[in-house]
Amino acid sequence: MRAGEAPKKVLLAGNPNVGKSTLFNSLTGLHQHTGNWPGKTVGLARGVVRCRDRTIEVTDLPGTYSLCGRSEEERVAAVALDREEADLVVAVCDGSALERSLILALQILQRREHVILCVNLMDEARARGIRVDGKRLEELLGVPVVLTAAGDRESRERLLNAMLHPPELPDPAYFYEDPVAAAEELTRQCVTVREDAAQNWRRTLDRVLLSRRHGIPILLMLLFLIVWLTVWGANYPSPLLEGLFDRIYVVFKGWTAGLPWWLSGILVDGFYGTAARVIAVMLPPMAIFFPLFTILEDVGYLPRMALLLDRPMCRCGGCGKQALTLCMGLGCNAVGVMGCRIIDSPRERLAAILTNAMVPCNGRFPTLILLGSLFFPGAGAALVVAACVVLGILGAMGASGLLSKTALRHRQSTFVMELPPFRRPRLGQILVRSLLDRTLHIALRAIKVAAPAGALLWILANTSWLGSITAFLDPAGRLLGMNGIILTAFLCALPANELVIPVMIMAITGGGSLQSAAGDSGALLVQWGITWQMAVCTMVFTLFHWPCATTLMTVYRETGSKAKTAAAFALPTAVGVILCLILRLVL
Amino acid sequence: MLMNLDSVRLGCRCAVAAVDTDEGLKRRLEDFGLVPGTVLCPEYRSPGGHGTVLGFRGTLLALRTRDLKRIRVRV
Repeated sequence: MRAGEAPKKVLLAGNPNVGKSTLFNSLTGLHQHTGNWPGKTVGLARGVVRCRDRTIEVTDLPGTYSLCGRSEEERVAAVALDREEADLVVAVCDGSALERSLILALQILQRREHVILCVNLMDEARARGIRVDGKRLEELLGVPVVLTAAGDRESRERLLNAMLHPPELPDPAYFYEDPVAAAEELTRQCVTVREDAAQNWRRTLDRVLLSRRHGIPILLMLLFLIVWLTVWGANYPSPLLEGLFDRIYVVFKGWTAGLPWWLSGILVDGFYGTAARVIAVMLPPMAIFFPLFTILEDVGYLPRMALLLDRPMCRCGGCGKQALTLCMGLGCNAVGVMGCRIIDSPRERLAAILTNAMVPCNGRFPTLILLGSLFFPGAGAALVVAACVVLGILGAMGASGLLSKTALRHRQSTFVMELPPFRRPRLGQILVRSLLDRTLHIALRAIKVAAPAGALLWILANTSWLGSITAFLDPAGRLLGMNGIILTAFLCALPANELVIPVMIMAITGGGSLQSAAGDSGALLVQWGITWQMAVCTMVFTLFHWPCATTLMTVYRETGSKAKTAAAFALPTAVGVILCLILRLVL
Repeated sequence: MLMNLDSVRLGCRCAVAAVDTDEGLKRRLEDFGLVPGTVLCPEYRSPGGHGTVLGFRGTLLALRTRDLKRIRVRV
């Protein structure tokens, strides 16, 4: 690329959490997930900018602190920076922490010829009393410097302008070999800081949130609040959705009236009925949980949470980052498994992936709540469910501790994490992003599995096969303190954990489809003769059994190994089987 | 006075004299710009003294306190 010529391919590179993804979104109009914690962008995101009848391909690299590549993500970024063909690299820095982010930018400058330095988050920097002299920086380094506030229109224009018409600059006035020393010197010359009140409340907040007395209680309260809001809030939209889907069901039934009964059964009752049910039960809790979790992410609490939870996780051979993935697992295990990418050490990451499914996700709460309320009415049920969540987390921690001492033996990695400044959450963006990226994404994948499985389920239910299977599994079920029907329900609920209770009801009543499984499930179960021992075993097995198909697919995608996916299936199952065997003998 | 970073009091500014941690951590710290000569200050400690948050170069970096034993600083 010659000076004055527009680039065709542009790379965006920089530290994690400097607003790169927000910048990328504002440039390309794409919606990529952004968040206030290191390790959001995974893989390379590509987008196209159309501006004044030119098209520029923009690639957003994962945030990285070094070009040596320590974790998987950083390797991706380093390799791309070395090999990826591009006419221009935009090195994105954090205006409120220019010195640190300049270190990487200067390394990029040493490697690449055409670079624009984009000092981002200037709005935040200004609010913290930090001023950056962009002109001086430009003179010293001899590359274009653009000051931006990610997301606003004017910044986008300025950056695009610099990309399309790179200004001719005189040779750099400053030469360096060591980027760390150079960053220090450049910051001394170009940045002025006025200590102010804005800094003080941040310090106080950190002092409270990390303190011995308040740190852990506040963390537990926040987690409890999120889970409670999710469970309580989902009670309202779920029945509405179910009502809506029932009405559509009637319409579909009408359309397929001319078809043979079995075909309309497979299509409408099987395919549609199951998928609709999964959406109605799965979508609302996820649509509440993930935005709430994203708020914590956006204000910058998650890295603090990782630090607080590093101590208990350390004892089981993990690190605080694994605790974050466990918390995400409360929302959806597939998301939790994906989140394990932030863990640096490959063995710790694998242990985290294999044990994530032991934390009960949203989809298993309805089962736990229903069974809990059967024998512990009122507030007792809430306590039982809370105990289940704690048991699940302890199970995951214990199992990963065991793994790290046996099959996945390793030297414990170190914990190094940047604590970003607290930021005001951008609520609108949070809602859109977490709904689009996590909730819908996962729901769509679940439907892909649930719909065909629903057709199969319908065939089973409308032949004598379901009865044969439950009879066949009955001895095994009884051995585990449950029975054939419950075990069959767990098997049939492989596509989505939400299906356990509906399938059970279907098998008990002998109904032909999940639609007829409505009504008061609790009373029906009691009438059927479920004992409290059975309920306890079922609850324990709900916590510890094979992960749902979506999670298994995610494990396969993340590890690329069938053996590891099989391990992810077998490990929680083995724990559940052992616990249930013991419980049956004890109770 | 030379001492180990884990025993420096909170809020006390010091300059890094030597980083004797294992190679992996040493390079990680270099990425963040924590090298001999860096002026830093332990800002917060997490419950039980398990983790320490260091403030330097305008950012906060959280580490395990036990890993700080191998970082020598001049107070």
